[in-house]
Amino acid sequence: MNLFYLISAICFILGLKRLSHPKTARSGNFLAALGMLIAIAATLASSNVLDLKLIAIGVGIGSVIGLLFATRVQMTEMPQMVAIFNGLGGAASAFVASSEFFKVDDLGIIICISVFIGTLTFSGSFIAFGKLQGIISGRAITFSGQQILNALMFVSILVLGSVQQLDILADTTIFYVIVLLAFLLGIGLTIPIGGADMPVVISLLNSYSGIAAAATGFLINNQALIISGSLVGASGLILTNIMCKGMNRSLANVIFGAVGAETSAGSSDGKEMNIKSYSTTEAAMILDAAEKIVIVPGYGLAVAQAQHVAREVADTLEAQGKQVLYAIHPVAGRMPGHMNVLLAEANVSYDLLKDLDEINPEFEDCDVALILGANDVVNPAARHDQSSPIYGMPILNVDKSRTVIINKRSMNPGFAGVQNELFGYDNSIMVFGDAKDMLNDLLKEIKEL
Amino acid sequence: MDINLITIFILAVFVGNEIINKVPPTLHTPLMSGSNAISGIAIVGALLAISTDGEISTYLGLAALICATINVVGGFLVTDRMLKMFKKK
Repeated sequence: MNLFYLISAICFILGLKRLSHPKTARSGNFLAALGMLIAIAATLASSNVLDLKLIAIGVGIGSVIGLLFATRVQMTEMPQMVAIFNGLGGAASAFVASSEFFKVDDLGIIICISVFIGTLTFSGSFIAFGKLQGIISGRAITFSGQQILNALMFVSILVLGSVQQLDILADTTIFYVIVLLAFLLGIGLTIPIGGADMPVVISLLNSYSGIAAAATGFLINNQALIISGSLVGASGLILTNIMCKGMNRSLANVIFGAVGAETSAGSSDGKEMNIKSYSTTEAAMILDAAEKIVIVPGYGLAVAQAQHVAREVADTLEAQGKQVLYAIHPVAGRMPGHMNVLLAEANVSYDLLKDLDEINPEFEDCDVALILGANDVVNPAARHDQSSPIYGMPILNVDKSRTVIINKRSMNPGFAGVQNELFGYDNSIMVFGDAKDMLNDLLKEIKEL
Repeated sequence: MDINLITIFILAVFVGNEIINKVPPTLHTPLMSGSNAISGIAIVGALLAISTDGEISTYLGLAALICATINVVGGFLVTDRMLKMFKKK
């Protein structure tokens, strides 16, 4: 039986390895799925006390729900979907650990750890989902004493976990209290985190769901769970790290910093900006004269579902012999790689999607940078204004382009609550409106020119 | 805790680090949903839990099985749906 688990672990590792290139990625995913199938088949074959009827019911229900999710979800909603899946992964591990507890009727430290991480992942993920879906305010929700309360809950769990062998309290009491506290802690740690910090949170919860699976592996002595869980745990941590670097913030600052709470009055400190509002006709004329154009997508593009029309605009410009590239900031959107998936859905060739390091030198000889619903990631204040909350964050140097066309719905500041000084630059022009409507108009104008 | 299991755990973390670092930013979303599906490996634990004695344990096992199956089926399918879209012209 262990041999089959080894084979499935190898499938997972090779599958993930094939994700290193878009060309091989699809076969990698297939290989990982095959690994899962082997692990499931090996488990079913190994035990003769399996309750096949109940298993069929569980697998049936799960498959139908999973299938519906996977086929119905829109690409703009991927962050929500991943949040749900993280939560379910945590829940599955917590349920397995709970089942083990009621079976052996003895609480051990591993059961405590497993249930704790699993439950925390579950409740945290569903808060993240609520925020992404707009059910809960995307703003950071804070109250005084919040961090003390979280710390108290965490310490209580630690204490309960360490005294469980002393038989001071009944095992079941300790178990239920740990579940409850872990549930509340998951909520407590996630509600103070604002919408634009979601890429970090989702990555972190992704990592937790892996760690929960690994912990459960220790509990039931199963190598398959340990290996797969630690692969996922490592993956989530790496992504978390990349996202933190993309914002020049530490993980502690993201989790405890509560950036994005209702800010006390705008921090634009009265500096007058001379904003030039242009029509799409004028924007089309500027694009007509350009040779090299870089499109910078942000969360606003996803909200407006404007990825398809953005690609149509790009295609039209390319057909006129112009060069069009896309600049993707690591934290653009609500999860790692969010913009890439949207543009891939719109049929944009993946070699045109450039990351920060690749694209920044390109702005020097770029005629037009077209900003679609991005804000903080193109704010030059991050480079020079030490008083800015986003100072030090690596940004896309769009201001080096000859002209910057910024599409925004209104002059509302970005997520970090900072007014973007880019909007007042001499080479910047604003075109207000919903990204989709604006691009549709722009497309018409370009074709008519 | 079994030292063999800890050894496996530590080595797997290192392997994970090596391979995941090579995944390009463009594929970070499929990486997340794909690794999500892999964390559905808890399905193995769920299958074993479902066949234990005791009513509560069995039903908790069933709950675990449903969650893990959603993760596995949904995760791999949606990852495939995304990866299909990544094309070079």
